[in-house]
Amino acid sequence: MRYASARGLREERDGLWALAAAPTIWAAHFLLCYATAAVWCAKIARDDGSLFEVRLAIAAYTALALTAIGLIGWRGFVKHRRRGGERPHDADSPEDRHRFLGFATSLLSGLSAIATIFSALPAAFIGSCS
Amino acid sequence: VTDADRSPPDRDVGPLAAPSPEHVRWRQAQELLRTWETPKGWRYWSAVNNTEVGLWYLAASFFFLLFGGVLALLMRLQLATPNAQVLSADLYNQTFTVHGSVMMFLFAIPVFEAFAVMLMPQMLGARDLPFPRLAAFGFWCFILGGVFLCGAIFFDAAPKGGWFMYPPLTSKYQPGIGADIWLLGFSFIEIAAIASAVELIVGALKCRPPGMRINLIPLYVWYTLVAAVMILFAFPPLIAGSMLLEIERAFEWPFFDATRGGDPILWQHLFWLFGHPEVYIIFLPSIALVAMIVPTFAKRPIVGYSWIVLAAIGTGFLSFGLWVHHMYTVGLPGISLGLFSAASTAVAIPTGIQFFCFIGTMIAGRVTRSIPMLWVLGSIAIFVIGGLTGVMIALAPFDFQAHDSFFIVGHLHYVLIGGALFPIFAGVYYFYPLLGGKQLSTRLGKVAFSLSFIGFNVAFFPMHLSGLRGMPRRVFTYPPDLGLETLNLISTIGAFILASGVALIAIDVVRPKKKQPHTERNPWRAGTLEWVQEMPPKPWGIRSIPEIDSRYPLWDQPNLMRDIDEGRYYLPDAREGLRETLVTSVIDARPLQCQRLPGNSFLPLVAALSTGGFFIFGTFHAWLPALASLVIALGLISFWLWVGTGRHPEKIEKNVGLGKKLPIYVSGPASVGWWGLLITMLADLTAFVCLVFGYFFYWTVRDDFPPASSPEPVAIWPAIGAASIVGAWALMILARRLNARSSSWTQLSILSAAALAALGALAFIAGPWLGGLDPKVHVYPATVWLLVIWAAAHVAIGVIMQLFCVVSRIAGRTTARFDMDLHNATLYWHFTALTAVITALVVAGFPAVA
Repeated sequence: MRYASARGLREERDGLWALAAAPTIWAAHFLLCYATAAVWCAKIARDDGSLFEVRLAIAAYTALALTAIGLIGWRGFVKHRRRGGERPHDADSPEDRHRFLGFATSLLSGLSAIATIFSALPAAFIGSCS
Repeated sequence: VTDADRSPPDRDVGPLAAPSPEHVRWRQAQELLRTWETPKGWRYWSAVNNTEVGLWYLAASFFFLLFGGVLALLMRLQLATPNAQVLSADLYNQTFTVHGSVMMFLFAIPVFEAFAVMLMPQMLGARDLPFPRLAAFGFWCFILGGVFLCGAIFFDAAPKGGWFMYPPLTSKYQPGIGADIWLLGFSFIEIAAIASAVELIVGALKCRPPGMRINLIPLYVWYTLVAAVMILFAFPPLIAGSMLLEIERAFEWPFFDATRGGDPILWQHLFWLFGHPEVYIIFLPSIALVAMIVPTFAKRPIVGYSWIVLAAIGTGFLSFGLWVHHMYTVGLPGISLGLFSAASTAVAIPTGIQFFCFIGTMIAGRVTRSIPMLWVLGSIAIFVIGGLTGVMIALAPFDFQAHDSFFIVGHLHYVLIGGALFPIFAGVYYFYPLLGGKQLSTRLGKVAFSLSFIGFNVAFFPMHLSGLRGMPRRVFTYPPDLGLETLNLISTIGAFILASGVALIAIDVVRPKKKQPHTERNPWRAGTLEWVQEMPPKPWGIRSIPEIDSRYPLWDQPNLMRDIDEGRYYLPDAREGLRETLVTSVIDARPLQCQRLPGNSFLPLVAALSTGGFFIFGTFHAWLPALASLVIALGLISFWLWVGTGRHPEKIEKNVGLGKKLPIYVSGPASVGWWGLLITMLADLTAFVCLVFGYFFYWTVRDDFPPASSPEPVAIWPAIGAASIVGAWALMILARRLNARSSSWTQLSILSAAALAALGALAFIAGPWLGGLDPKVHVYPATVWLLVIWAAAHVAIGVIMQLFCVVSRIAGRTTARFDMDLHNATLYWHFTALTAVITALVVAGFPAVA
């Protein structure tokens, strides 16, 4: 069986972790937004306090998260496009396995980017801790 | 593109060109039959093979479904007319609590594990999953806990705080044992669920047939993998929360008592951090059945395989960002509500994608009529309605109105029955031939589906309206003239129609089918590997383990069935009379090891009984018998590990056929046991992180947490403790290296590690002890005590492992070549050291900086 071999397509160089990378960034962004707002409103600004600093922080988190997700998504897309890249990536070959993982990574990056923007949107509209 | 980038010209390994002679094949089949034989008589209950355990699991979970259904009918009778007196208010409370709990914990989760344990080895062409005894242990834990919980309602002692058990109702105002039964019974069952999750994750990643690359695995396996990983991170918060609530009930530590610094909202966070992912843990494996059924009846490969993988993984992640949408009305800041509302609407995207893929497959193929497809179509219709009302209540302002009303009851039943129960029934009809080689009746099936579909909508659609008219959940009755009578009566009628449909399925499943002929092989002309099974099924699972080249091997690989049957592939015999399967690599499923599987044994049953004794005696606060059960359980599990794992093989390598030689004994990251422990420890670490989250949660909501002046020993002793435990960890790593060099210093190194670790645990306890912290007075001392006890208990288990390794080495069971135990113990110590360091940083370090 053509398991291995070709340099760059060796099994060891493809991992499942790449699939989880973009959603993990979404999760980290989500938790940071939640924790920042919760601690700010409970400990610093108190009830009805201003959210100005939190909104700045969330804007920064979002820019960072989207950049990282974009890079991961681009890397995935390049893997998917490797020499053609016609779907459905269902051939029994290291190339198609490689392309499938790339395609799934780029799809998950797209979803993570949308979800990250969703998470940031409340901060665009809400100005106080009330 | 260079030459080196191009794949080498070597070909896939094909089956043997010609079958072995008749007498050889006969001998091979006899060996396999003898090795995989199902035990007879009373020994039947010692079986650990996936076909038996899966069948028991299925039968038990469907029994609990019927039990929960009867409770639902009782509730509907009580609500059919205003001021009815079918059930008393108290019994009504018990009924809805047990109904919800049974359906979630004793049906929905176990039925997923049942299907997966039953089907996954067949789909993967594996003879069994890697830890059959663990699966059996999980089953016995489940049945014991389930019977205990359901039985309580016959003694008027069942829990009555609702399936989400909110304190302070369940901590202060319900003195009976009902809440204890819930907390301890379900903790026990959750441990069983985590055990199954470990089995399924390792099975999906390491036990695939050779050549089944990651882009070729059946979608069911993708979904199972995602749901099992979700269990690892979703169940520990509930275990941690249950532990806090039970400690409050039993020992009066005030975690949720606001008068002593606690906060009931912490329970809601921990519960829903479990509870919302739980909905998707139920939904994903059920919809996985749809992903197997639709291509078969559309007669074509699924449309958008990668998109479905995206949807499964994406839903798995996003579902952890939704938990607060159950808590919109507790008074969190608007920005927090907005954040969770955003995630709650975002999860509709991957959920929708899957349905478009299913509909696309049906349009692109030529769908044939069948009973499983009826259920699939019914499921899609119902789930879409439930999903849309879900988007409505994801929006906080609408939820403020609908919260705790019958609108929510209607919504959640549309989601769960459309998203889980109907696909499961589709799966029952579809996979039934794999159980005993017989078909279910098409005529009865049509009637059952029609009754269920109509009955379901008649029962649950009016609930949205009665909810909008103001009918709250969980009231045992309502006065006339509120405009609720007609809607409730219709719901009750619908519930009985639905029940008659379900009853018809149950009758069809259990009716004797002796005279009915066996069905042909692969009766639906499906493309996936589970359908190579012979009718009636043979106990060996698969005659020989094939090389896979396609997502739908039965459609694309010519002569596959013949070649498997004639033993032309891997492991066609069982020369040594031992159960074996192949372990392969994660990405490309390259064969790596011939894994010996343990045989039938009563050990899982007795280990589950003694573990159950700890929880059941604990419910009645009988601490001595509880402790005795725990000690017996630990002893039995150690014995189980001693006799059941790490056996030295009679040879280093085995010829598995087709010219392939594979090692039998591997250790460390190459072994499935190491991966199983790693996955278990991730769940354990998650529970610990939840306790740490509790600490910081109290810090955000209280000004006196931690108190201004913390007693000095609380700072010094944990630091000493952590230093000793880190030392013990370093000595364990040293011991593993010494052992690899066959050094006689190995035992000494482990024993010093154990001594140092024991000192560290004592130092941890000494902190709050010498500091005079009284856990009953305030939540701060209670939290500190809990964290140090958690760390010390982990060290205690680690010391047992160390002693096990020492004995194993002295007995010659652990050697430089056979060092599985030492690798696993060291892995455990990585996590213990991390736990100890975090505990010390939180307990001793944080008060200093706060």
